[in-house]
Amino acid sequence: MTTQDVKQVVIDIIADIAPDEDLSVIKEDVSLREQLDLDSMDFLDIVMELRKRHRVEVPADDYPRLATLASCVEYLTPKFIQ
Amino acid sequence: MYSHQRIVITGVGLTAPNGNNLTEYRQALVQGVSGITQSEIRYMGQQAVGLCRFDEMKYQSKKQRRRGTRAGSISIYCANEAITDAKLDWASLDKSKVGVYVGITEHGNVETENEIYELHQNKLDTKLWSPHHNPRTVANNPAGEVTLALGITGPHYTIGAACAGGNAGIIQAVQMLRLGEVELAIAGGISESPQTFGIFAGFAAQGALGFDANDVTKSIRPMDKKRNGTVISEGGCLYIIEKLETALARGAKIYAEIVGYAINSDASDYVNPHTGRQTECMRLALHRAQMQASDVDIVSMHATGTGAGDISEAAAVREVFSASSKTYVNFTKGHIGHCMGAAGALELAGNLSAFEDGIVHLGLNVDELDPDCECPGLVIQESKYVGNVKTILNNSFGMLGINSALIVKKYEGK
Repeated sequence: MTTQDVKQVVIDIIADIAPDEDLSVIKEDVSLREQLDLDSMDFLDIVMELRKRHRVEVPADDYPRLATLASCVEYLTPKFIQ
Repeated sequence: MYSHQRIVITGVGLTAPNGNNLTEYRQALVQGVSGITQSEIRYMGQQAVGLCRFDEMKYQSKKQRRRGTRAGSISIYCANEAITDAKLDWASLDKSKVGVYVGITEHGNVETENEIYELHQNKLDTKLWSPHHNPRTVANNPAGEVTLALGITGPHYTIGAACAGGNAGIIQAVQMLRLGEVELAIAGGISESPQTFGIFAGFAAQGALGFDANDVTKSIRPMDKKRNGTVISEGGCLYIIEKLETALARGAKIYAEIVGYAINSDASDYVNPHTGRQTECMRLALHRAQMQASDVDIVSMHATGTGAGDISEAAAVREVFSASSKTYVNFTKGHIGHCMGAAGALELAGNLSAFEDGIVHLGLNVDELDPDCECPGLVIQESKYVGNVKTILNNSFGMLGINSALIVKKYEGK
């Protein structure tokens, strides 16, 4: 999977979890919580959907790595390659 | 009255299988319009069912809906509609003095069934169980979702009272207002039960699930000789309930005054009704209202369309009201099915407009009245104009032998 593919995976998941948000204007290096109406339960949902849809595990200690879209891609891409 | 604090209804918000506001719903009841349709129920095939068609997005974001439950969504819709109907100045209202009391038959079956279904799709991997399962299934969920949506910081909880839940929610509001716990209550009952196959399977196992393959709208026929069970429906009805003086001070429209109520228990069987206890319940409500049976213009029956239930209630109504020539009797489930926790509140709402239009709506789907269900004053063939309606007694009964009767009176300015 390319980094672009992984980015799209994350965006698709966020689109389902936060269906009222306009994700076309999302800034990759800004905290997702700063620009979107996401709370801690939403991040649990993101982790759950990664597990459910792609069998990708994110340990609780690594949750901060999902802070921005760019950090999501950086952290998750090696997991999709594995 | 056993308490001097007078309590009134000043707003109605509802969704039923045949209407999404009081005007639509009342018109459908008077005209005999059924809300029963046929739908595929998981594992159960095609079933007769009563589904509501309100716009979930009218008062919720997509995300709120995704996080919450159908019961929560129904409650939020009804609460908002009631607030609008009551013409409350919501923005300036002290939300810490508002209580939310929602009657339910059950809650959590839908969400648990869905999770277990997913669990099986996911090869029993519990690591894929939703983090939303607990907030969706806690018993206070529907009432809690109302407080989240409306910023209410007063008390909220549901009242689990089986199919007497709708009446029980209203009664809870009356009690809390009289205790001074709240200044305003949003109360009634709701149901999301058709979203769970287990309720259908349970009634089928009891031999009490109605279905008519020739005409699905006739699947529930309370009081009819050929009735063969009930129809599972969803719905909601929440009222704005407040003290008479606060309603008068703000110039509110007063739909009715709640003048009497009673809840008692059969203490005899898990599912079979008890005519004697139902009789006592109605008489206790009348006693508390300081009324005689002859003061009641309309008795709204629970009448679920089951064999034993209708006979038992008819006998109780005859026992209390047979000497009252001016009392009319009707029921609502022939139109909308059994809305479970919402039933009592919705059925009261369906009759409330009689205070204004003087019409007793018909009980639908009685082709041949069961002689064992005969009641003097039963309105079944067509809705009947009876003139000045001043008092309604609303019955709502449930499993485990819970009975409730609520009496409301037309407010005539004194």
